[in-house]
Amino acid sequence: MIKQTWITIRTPLFSYKLDKRAPWIALLLLLFMGIVLVASISYGEYHITPTEVLQTMLGTLPQDHPQYRQFHLVVFSFRLPRIWVAFWVGMALATSGAIMQGITRNPLADPFLLGVSGGAGLVAVALIVWIKDVSTTVLPIATFIGALLTAFMIYIFAWKNGGSAPLRLILIGVAIESVVGAFTHIMLVFGNINQVQQAYVWLTGSVYGRTWAHVHTLVGWLMVLLPMAFLCANWLNMLNLGDDTAKGLGMRVERQRVILLVISVALAAVAVAVSGTIGFVGLIAPHIARRVVGASHQALLPISALFGGALLVLADLIGRWVISPSELPIGIVTAMIGAPYFLYLLYRGRNG
Amino acid sequence: MTTHAQSISQNKTRILGSRFWLLPGVFILSGILVACVLWSITLGAADIAPQTVFDAIIQSNNMDNLQLDSQTRFQYLVIQTVRFPRVLIGIVVGMALAVAGAIMQGLTRNPLADSGILGINAGASFAVVLAVFVLGTPSLSTYAYFAFVGAGVSAVLVYMLGSMGRGGATPLRLTLAGVILTAFLSSFTTAILINDQQALDKIRFWTAGSLAGRDMSIFIPVSPYVAVGLIGALLISRQITTISLGDDVAKGLGQNTAWIKGVAAIIVVLLAGGAVALAGPIGFVGLVVPHIARFIAGADYRWIIPYAMLIGGILLTVADVLARIVIRPQEVPVGLMMALCGAPFFIWLARMRVRR
Amino acid sequence: MAELHAQNLMLAYDDTCIIPNLSVTIPDGQITVLVGANGCGKSTLLRGISRLLKPKRGSVVLDGADIWKMPTKQLAKQLGILPQGPTAPEGLTVHELVAQGRYPHQSWLQQWSREDEHVTQEALAITNLTDFADRPVDTLSGGQRQRAWIAMTLAQDSDTILLDEPTTFLDLAYQIDVLDLLHDLNVARGKTIVMVLHDLNHACRYADNLIALRDGHIVAQGYPSDIVTADMVYAVFGIACTIIPDPITNTPLVIPSSKAMNSKSLTNSFNPQPSWVAIRG
Repeated sequence: MIKQTWITIRTPLFSYKLDKRAPWIALLLLLFMGIVLVASISYGEYHITPTEVLQTMLGTLPQDHPQYRQFHLVVFSFRLPRIWVAFWVGMALATSGAIMQGITRNPLADPFLLGVSGGAGLVAVALIVWIKDVSTTVLPIATFIGALLTAFMIYIFAWKNGGSAPLRLILIGVAIESVVGAFTHIMLVFGNINQVQQAYVWLTGSVYGRTWAHVHTLVGWLMVLLPMAFLCANWLNMLNLGDDTAKGLGMRVERQRVILLVISVALAAVAVAVSGTIGFVGLIAPHIARRVVGASHQALLPISALFGGALLVLADLIGRWVISPSELPIGIVTAMIGAPYFLYLLYRGRNG
Repeated sequence: MTTHAQSISQNKTRILGSRFWLLPGVFILSGILVACVLWSITLGAADIAPQTVFDAIIQSNNMDNLQLDSQTRFQYLVIQTVRFPRVLIGIVVGMALAVAGAIMQGLTRNPLADSGILGINAGASFAVVLAVFVLGTPSLSTYAYFAFVGAGVSAVLVYMLGSMGRGGATPLRLTLAGVILTAFLSSFTTAILINDQQALDKIRFWTAGSLAGRDMSIFIPVSPYVAVGLIGALLISRQITTISLGDDVAKGLGQNTAWIKGVAAIIVVLLAGGAVALAGPIGFVGLVVPHIARFIAGADYRWIIPYAMLIGGILLTVADVLARIVIRPQEVPVGLMMALCGAPFFIWLARMRVRR
Repeated sequence: MAELHAQNLMLAYDDTCIIPNLSVTIPDGQITVLVGANGCGKSTLLRGISRLLKPKRGSVVLDGADIWKMPTKQLAKQLGILPQGPTAPEGLTVHELVAQGRYPHQSWLQQWSREDEHVTQEALAITNLTDFADRPVDTLSGGQRQRAWIAMTLAQDSDTILLDEPTTFLDLAYQIDVLDLLHDLNVARGKTIVMVLHDLNHACRYADNLIALRDGHIVAQGYPSDIVTADMVYAVFGIACTIIPDPITNTPLVIPSSKAMNSKSLTNSFNPQPSWVAIRG
């Protein structure tokens, strides 16, 4: 009998296999998240001590506390929403990236491979530059549609002989992205400078000023998309064995690849719609997760998601702290964390 | 993926058939290039007749001895100081980018490589933006210096990063290092632009890649580097053919691959650095033109490089003309025009080349 | 019991026709080996009868049902295929790989049943990989790796297993190891095995039914001792040869003629004793 390195969840209707390390790592990550969360809420121009943060959040702060109302306002209206947005966006992007890397069998694929960031960017910049005060409810919806349309276009162009070879998807993704990027750039060059600057902030990715409405949109979508992604994890394991092997095992490769692509693109599009294009999370989080829990996607997807969430919450805190009182958009922080991490990988020589 | 694409490119390309056409083809393309140049110069705020353009270029050295009416004199001046330099710079930039791309693709055996990949464009952009942010530099020709230095520094950095750790600099590691440095530097660039509206306003046209307002004062200091790069590229083209068959094969044939790669890398930096200094970051020429050249000339870099040079020159000249006329009197940055023209071709190429 | 039969099959990649018109029946419960020169269409035929390649014309029938009209998982429960030179993603353990073989028996919600667990363990045991279950596949030796892949098709629990060149890139010892394993599976568990092999002598040893192909046509089919002759080898591979009985299995042993024959045999005739004997005195 061999030593079990996995755990099994089994009910008459449902069964699922998971790496044994996964729950512990998830727990550790959540713990880490909690600490960063409290630190992040307490930090800022209006300082609140960690104890007071906890008291406020748990509702145990005495009503007659002199700053009771301010605390509530700052914690629940200003700081918590953006942190939640960062967390959920990180989960979405990391899962999306892990799926993309699985489909293409390329560890350098990221969630924006299929033009999601380009399409969303074009729409967002168009709206910001042309319609001066674009409402915060319209922007996410419009960018979501833009992202999906671009991804769809790339898929259509890459379709040939009843299949979409991953390499062709990548190449055509590059081409379409550059066309869309050119149009975006034209608007950035000719637009009014104030709007252009705003557009730049959006393009870099930011969670500044996000509200509960954003959080609700995100959570609504992700409550559907993330479980779907986790349930489809085994398909990624299959695709990783190669198309022929997967077909030999009775998998309908093309159809299931499309479903996975749709889930991945939708996850990225939801995230981008709310926060702009935050780079690197979708690339790094799956990498780290793979090193910790191995190559099997049942554990890889959820752990990637948690890594992504924790990473963005941390990045948000760093972005607010590093050049305070001004703040650095979260997308820039992730690039500044992400690039050295990849250099380290390069140094380790694993990709050589 | 590389080897697959390359093996296909070596099997079924060569549209024009036999080698017989390769040399005449060079002359035909040169002819097309000259025609494009003349066409480009005639177009502008006021269109000028081709005959006048021709005369103005021929006579540029003895303007003082000519008897001209004031309108013709003005046209001559416009041609000599504005339009001709611009088209000249366009050609040089196109050639430089195309050749740099061809060398990169041959060296890394990666059909998607172009000069942007070594972090050169990002380095140049970052240096220029930093200069504007810190010094508030106004003139285009000072941009050129910063761009050139930025390009060089980032290329060296990418090479260093790519060769550290076990195993030294492999193409894949260089590419990775380039991608990483690009992302890193662009995030700094954006961080500056977001916080400094003035810098953003000054720089945004430049970052899109453009030939607008370029004159001899930029061309003269930068062109020697590019010239050295182009000549060097022609000289090592035979060795690049060998390397494009794979490192081991090249070594087996007695080639000192490390030395050739070093020289090739310097050439790429001269060419791509020069191009970005002259015109700002222009994408796609370096990616697409080598593929076209390979379609016509096969797998031999002794032919690919001259063809890439000519096609690059033609393409950029045409793109610049289009960039000037599509939204007259305003001007689209030529880098963007390039992406718009190049992408459909690239999509077609990807559909043709990549099978299952 | 399942019988695999192809009728008037035409197989082509894009515009290149590999097999113009071919009918074949794979006998049940036997080891069938496809042989032929490079590019004769043996791998293509294997892909054609395993639903990896859609035929331009003709049909493939398993147990009276067209394999292209069956649900994919249904077919996978009856027919397993191991493609040539499969690669496992970095870090995937042997157990995880073998567990993937259970895919056709699983559903979206029912992803790891007790039976899945049981069959996977058994597959590992049969292939002697139980001790290696937690090792990443990419750290195994070539022979162990190939056994892991075979274990995966075993976990699939199909009556018929198709293998495309299961011994390429393996050392001689591992080749025998893998072929013996397949032989055992056939004898002890009654699996029908269809494989492409490069080595004609291995094919003669292990095959109950040998199919020789040339240019997309079947040149000969039958029990190796019945069909392997010098003429047949010439017709299939285009080489002259001598055929002697294999001293161990008594199956045909093909000894190709060679230009080295003249010079080497000449040396031998002048110096009848091997040189090392002479040196030792």
